[in-house]
Amino acid sequence: METLAREIGIPQEEYRAILKRLGREPNRVELFLFKVMWSEHCAYKNSRPLLKELPKEGEAVLQGPGENAGVVRIGEGWAVAFKIESHNHPSAVEPFQGAATGVGGIIRDIMSMGARPIALLDSLRFGPPEDERSRYLLKGVVSGIAHYGNAIGVPTVGGDLYFHEGYRENPLVNAMCLGLLREEHLKRSRASLGRPIYYAGAKTGRDGIGGAAFASKELSEDKEEDRPAVQVGDPFLGKLLMEATLEAIQEDLVEGVQDMGAAGLTSSLSELAHKSGLGVELDLDRVPTRERGMGPIELLLSESQERMVLVPKEGKERELEEVFRKWGLDCVPVARTIPERVFRVLFRGEVVAEVPTEALAEAPTYVRLAQEDPEVKRLRETPIPPLAADPGETLLQLLASPNLASREAVFERYDHQVGTRTALVPGKGDAAVLWVKGTRLGIAAKVDQNPRYSRLHPRLGAMHALAEASRNVSVVGAKPLAYTDGLNLGSPETPEGYHELQETIAGLKEASEALGLPVVSGNVSLYNESGGRRIPPTAMVGVVGVLEIDKRAEMGFRRPGEVVLLLGEEEGELGASEVLYLLTGQEVGHPPRIDLERERDVQEAIRELIALGLTQTAHDLAEGGLLVALAEMTFPYGLGATVEVRKGGLAALFGEGASRILFTVPKERLAEATLRLETRGLPYRILGETGGKTLTVLTPEGVLEWEVRALLAAWQKPLREVLDG
Amino acid sequence: MKWAIVRFPGSNCDEDARFALEKAGIRAEFVWHTAQDLRGFDGVFLPGGFSYGDYLRAGALAAKSPVMAEVRRFAQEGRYVIGVCNGFQVLTEAGLLPGALLANLNLHFTCKEVGVRVERTDLPFTRLYRQGQVLRLPIAHAEGRYYADPETLKRLEGEGQVVFRYAPLGEEAHYNPNGSLNDIAGIVNERGNVLGMMPHPERAVDPILGGEDGLPLFLGLVQEVAG
Repeated sequence: METLAREIGIPQEEYRAILKRLGREPNRVELFLFKVMWSEHCAYKNSRPLLKELPKEGEAVLQGPGENAGVVRIGEGWAVAFKIESHNHPSAVEPFQGAATGVGGIIRDIMSMGARPIALLDSLRFGPPEDERSRYLLKGVVSGIAHYGNAIGVPTVGGDLYFHEGYRENPLVNAMCLGLLREEHLKRSRASLGRPIYYAGAKTGRDGIGGAAFASKELSEDKEEDRPAVQVGDPFLGKLLMEATLEAIQEDLVEGVQDMGAAGLTSSLSELAHKSGLGVELDLDRVPTRERGMGPIELLLSESQERMVLVPKEGKERELEEVFRKWGLDCVPVARTIPERVFRVLFRGEVVAEVPTEALAEAPTYVRLAQEDPEVKRLRETPIPPLAADPGETLLQLLASPNLASREAVFERYDHQVGTRTALVPGKGDAAVLWVKGTRLGIAAKVDQNPRYSRLHPRLGAMHALAEASRNVSVVGAKPLAYTDGLNLGSPETPEGYHELQETIAGLKEASEALGLPVVSGNVSLYNESGGRRIPPTAMVGVVGVLEIDKRAEMGFRRPGEVVLLLGEEEGELGASEVLYLLTGQEVGHPPRIDLERERDVQEAIRELIALGLTQTAHDLAEGGLLVALAEMTFPYGLGATVEVRKGGLAALFGEGASRILFTVPKERLAEATLRLETRGLPYRILGETGGKTLTVLTPEGVLEWEVRALLAAWQKPLREVLDG
Repeated sequence: MKWAIVRFPGSNCDEDARFALEKAGIRAEFVWHTAQDLRGFDGVFLPGGFSYGDYLRAGALAAKSPVMAEVRRFAQEGRYVIGVCNGFQVLTEAGLLPGALLANLNLHFTCKEVGVRVERTDLPFTRLYRQGQVLRLPIAHAEGRYYADPETLKRLEGEGQVVFRYAPLGEEAHYNPNGSLNDIAGIVNERGNVLGMMPHPERAVDPILGGEDGLPLFLGLVQEVAG
């Protein structure tokens, strides 16, 4: 067995830990159970000790990390379940199915909480768009998301997309889903003693088994050569499963629900039992299959999609079966809970595995040696080279650069309105806003992360990610409640990689505490590296907030004659900025510092102005700096503005920084608005006025002027060419 | 007044249709795809989505479902049937409306707001619009390019069966989002009681959702009975 353990990649010290926990040698099947349950993906071996440090408590939190998704209260008895999850490795191999099944998986996580999935956001990272493979991956991923999300009828309302050299070999595909539920419908992965456990949904096949990276000879139970390593998603089945599951919850037929995701039956059943403080006996002969001759390891590890685990309430078994029959789906008891805390597996009437659930659930954790990569330090400490460029041309080039160009060509392929809850469609606001129909409540959501900042300063980068996602939620008028984090990094087994993991989580912790935002769910994807090149540490942070639906702000200038104001510092910084990269091709320098107290105050201030009706137009000033943000505000309604700046240098016009927001106020209410800011002691500046068909900027060096139409054309074209080409 | 909303497996705009009908003051009930009785309903709404996963061809399998025999009889009795998006595809596949909906010329799913001109206002669906009014309505489809053979097209135009046509909202030159012949966005049958359209009026019934240009379509149905 020790040889087999080595061959399937179980480290020697972990094999010894298995022997110790079992008090005997595992058999073949058991060894595979440990292999998947102790994988980094399922067990968070490297991240768990660090993640412990993150704040998880908050007034609004109904369910923190540890379940299929986190849940927050939003008022009037309503709650929102949400989570982000990665599907990086499958998407790198087969972008269409990888992304599609990523979407399907996160939707099932949300359903498991008893919530109706109402929105998707995607956080995507690729290599430069000039690279043919990166373009292929982008197109495949976008098609896969559209394929699954559009058909299952969950709108894709937002996300973010960056191109960066660091993702050339390791693209990132993270999907976030939000679900709406009544508080009393909240479900967890729980079962009481002696209950039957039902398997519902699609039949089990051999797909996805290779996804766990086993040597094929270890799966010698079947002789088929062409076993797909990537799972295949079927949104139609997913839709039926979603409706049937939600109907069962609505009708109060189930006591526990669990998604069958990574590591299939093994993970879903052993975790359900472990969380319930019980054991489980699984009879593999009852599992619906779509292929013949599947052995126990295949059945246990298959990651076939569109499957759920349900525990009926006592006496509701027949009704549950009836609901699934109506939707044309299998729903059969395959297991039952038992008092002995073991995961017991029967195959053809014999016990083929029996392992304590605790041993499976509690994998060993690692705290490793950490050291900063000297190359990263060198780049961060590299002085910014002197920059000279014509600002007129620079703005057009920045708007057309891959990370700032319009995402319209992407989000146009996603149904962003199905469900008729979308109150701010992509491109209209800094965060998506969804309406809870029948109430005046709105939900805002945004996911953010800047790879340049994170690469040069992992801790600061993570702080920016949370601060910016939160700022974007505030800027539409919503109070941020909590967040989900998708951590994507390189191998933790090198001191440099572990340092980045440590620093990223430390940054999240610091920002969480300062902004008062708990984490309620998340995902960790490590080993995103190839040839010794790690991806930039990428903490994709998804923030969810709540607002009064009638008091939401858009990003576009709508009414001429309104005053344009800048809240926050006038000048930005050039370190790690887009303009620096555009003009020099370099990613160097110290990313902008962030004063978290200021950040919190600025966000509170803009929320107050929106709530008082003093502004209906607000926009986060982010990558590309002041002029890019102003240009973006002219796009939604084609309305221009004239502004004056006190400094004309590139740092003033294109520099970046945290805690900066642009907004407009009707003239007659200007004094009221500025008084609010002065009371809070926040810096602000009146820049100018909306109106006309141009963006006109008066600088000490002269007047800059662009036709809005010309800016729009430059901004819209590049990504459309990439996607349609 | 009571309308049936047919739920096929894979329908996903069923709730949205109910929201719009109810907003107009119409009672709406879901009817399962196996239903064989539509008595007691004043109209039938075939919602958008991916009925039967769009397998074979969008709308092709739904057109053969048990409920469609009833919908056919319902339509033949002169009662009202509306099919939106996938519902329009089902109606053409079922032969209740002429022509077909082919893949968009851009070959991908497209979701955005478009201009839709009202071509006639003597129908219950359009009586509350002005002739020539350009509505802002969302589209969300991959197969919405209306096609019919030249003869059918001529007849449609001659009989005034084209009810909605894509039109510019501003000065944009490319206002036809999918390559539909004659910019056709929606048609009725000869009798004028069966309407099929690709844009989603049910998504534009509240200012919170970005517009309410779709609401008069549903309000018009109420007036039909009242008047």
